[in-house]
Amino acid sequence: MPRRKRAGLPKITVRQVGHRFEKLVALRDVNIEVHAGEFVCLVGPSGCGKTTLLYALAGHLEPSGGRISVDGVDVKGPGPDRLLVFQEPALFPWLTVRQNLVFPLRAHGYSRQEAEARARSLIPLVHLEGFVDALPHQLSGGMRMRVQLGRALALDPAVLLMDEPFAALDAQTRSHMHQLLQGIWLRDRKTVVFVTHDVREALLLGDRVVVMAARPGRVLQDLEVRLPRPRDPDDEALVEMSRRIRDELRQAEEAGAPAPAAQEGDEHEPVAPEGPGPIRPAPGVGAPL
Amino acid sequence: MLADGRLLAAVLRSLSRLVQGYALSVAIGVPLGIAMARSAIVNASVRPVVLGLQALPSICWLPLALLWFGLSEAAILFVVLMGSLLAVAISADDAVAGVDPVLVRAAGTLGIRGMRFHLGVLLPAALPGVLTGLKLGWSFAWRALMAGELLFVAGGLGQLLQAGRELLDAAQVMGVMLAIVAVGVAVDQGLFRFLELRLRRRWGLTEAAA
Repeated sequence: MPRRKRAGLPKITVRQVGHRFEKLVALRDVNIEVHAGEFVCLVGPSGCGKTTLLYALAGHLEPSGGRISVDGVDVKGPGPDRLLVFQEPALFPWLTVRQNLVFPLRAHGYSRQEAEARARSLIPLVHLEGFVDALPHQLSGGMRMRVQLGRALALDPAVLLMDEPFAALDAQTRSHMHQLLQGIWLRDRKTVVFVTHDVREALLLGDRVVVMAARPGRVLQDLEVRLPRPRDPDDEALVEMSRRIRDELRQAEEAGAPAPAAQEGDEHEPVAPEGPGPIRPAPGVGAPL
Repeated sequence: MLADGRLLAAVLRSLSRLVQGYALSVAIGVPLGIAMARSAIVNASVRPVVLGLQALPSICWLPLALLWFGLSEAAILFVVLMGSLLAVAISADDAVAGVDPVLVRAAGTLGIRGMRFHLGVLLPAALPGVLTGLKLGWSFAWRALMAGELLFVAGGLGQLLQAGRELLDAAQVMGVMLAIVAVGVAVDQGLFRFLELRLRRRWGLTEAAA
């Protein structure tokens, strides 16, 4: 896929963001820019602050330092332009699938007819035909997740923030969800920030993979993934890349030395699909990985 | 024995009082419980009072009720209200505090706020717990009412019981006691059991229950 232009203002700007929980440094000097229509995966071990960062983007958490802005406006709390998708389905258990989609639409000022129509149009997109009147507890885990995805897409947010949405699913269902999400993304080109601890998943889905390390939570690398879509999880180049990223994560963990955070520039380290060339640290990462 | 309709009239009289007092206590108790769970100020100021007053047997409100409202219908409603209000409020508080935080967060990110959030998300999410409190509140209300009716004559089952004692009619006393039990059990097993089952099924809390 040809590289898309990175010209113009970024959709999301994260500048020198740090966060502490009591004494624990959850995030230190994180700088990331996300452009409109980009699919960015934050990947790293647990404790690297990726979820903290995502919640800060969503406005559910105020970082103790730095600035986060969307379209140049500082994030102060949740907004209709950014929508979180959780690891749990987070559906309203007393509402049917259809009502789960309609209820938030009504809260956003849609009339009953508009909301019903919009919900109806979303159902096929997430393959839930025939289950519109089912209750969440009657559905499988994958279906519940599709309801949540449908509910999020119905509101048509500019930015989707996804917090390990498929981590609790079995491998087969997860792979279906990957296909579904890729399909939807190719269609809508929404800006997506996707948190995962699964490197392979990140490479499968992302235009860019931001590799993070723990203690303190920081950005290790910011990689561009240039593989044709839709991607195959068993693709050799992808498997090879994920192996290298995992190696580097392991080394970073063993070293334990806090490397300076990567500088976010307009040029990301490109990774060619067939390129066996080593993944070099992003500019600014000085310490040996 | 009491086939002349006095029993039925007394049951209806007591029930109508109960319904009024109980409705009032639900109408105040549930919002109060939600407020206690959601607002730090209300929680800090009201909750200790509510917890403390709960140690007071409901009939202890009767003297105060008589001073304030006189020998009136309002006095007995007040006793019923105070008897059940606190249990309802505390259960609602616990239920709301126990709502899955993911649902609250989901509502936040979906832009569901204000009344729509409280009535459309918080209350239904807490409803199984709230219902437990309503059931408890109902039995407290029933007891408070009987005690109130026994102590001052105003019709109803309690008065019928008292009348039986004054007439030295043990059969009437026992008959009325049976009626009190019957009404209590009927509402508890009939109404609340039914509501609970329906609710649990809808909310998906009983996976395999019939």
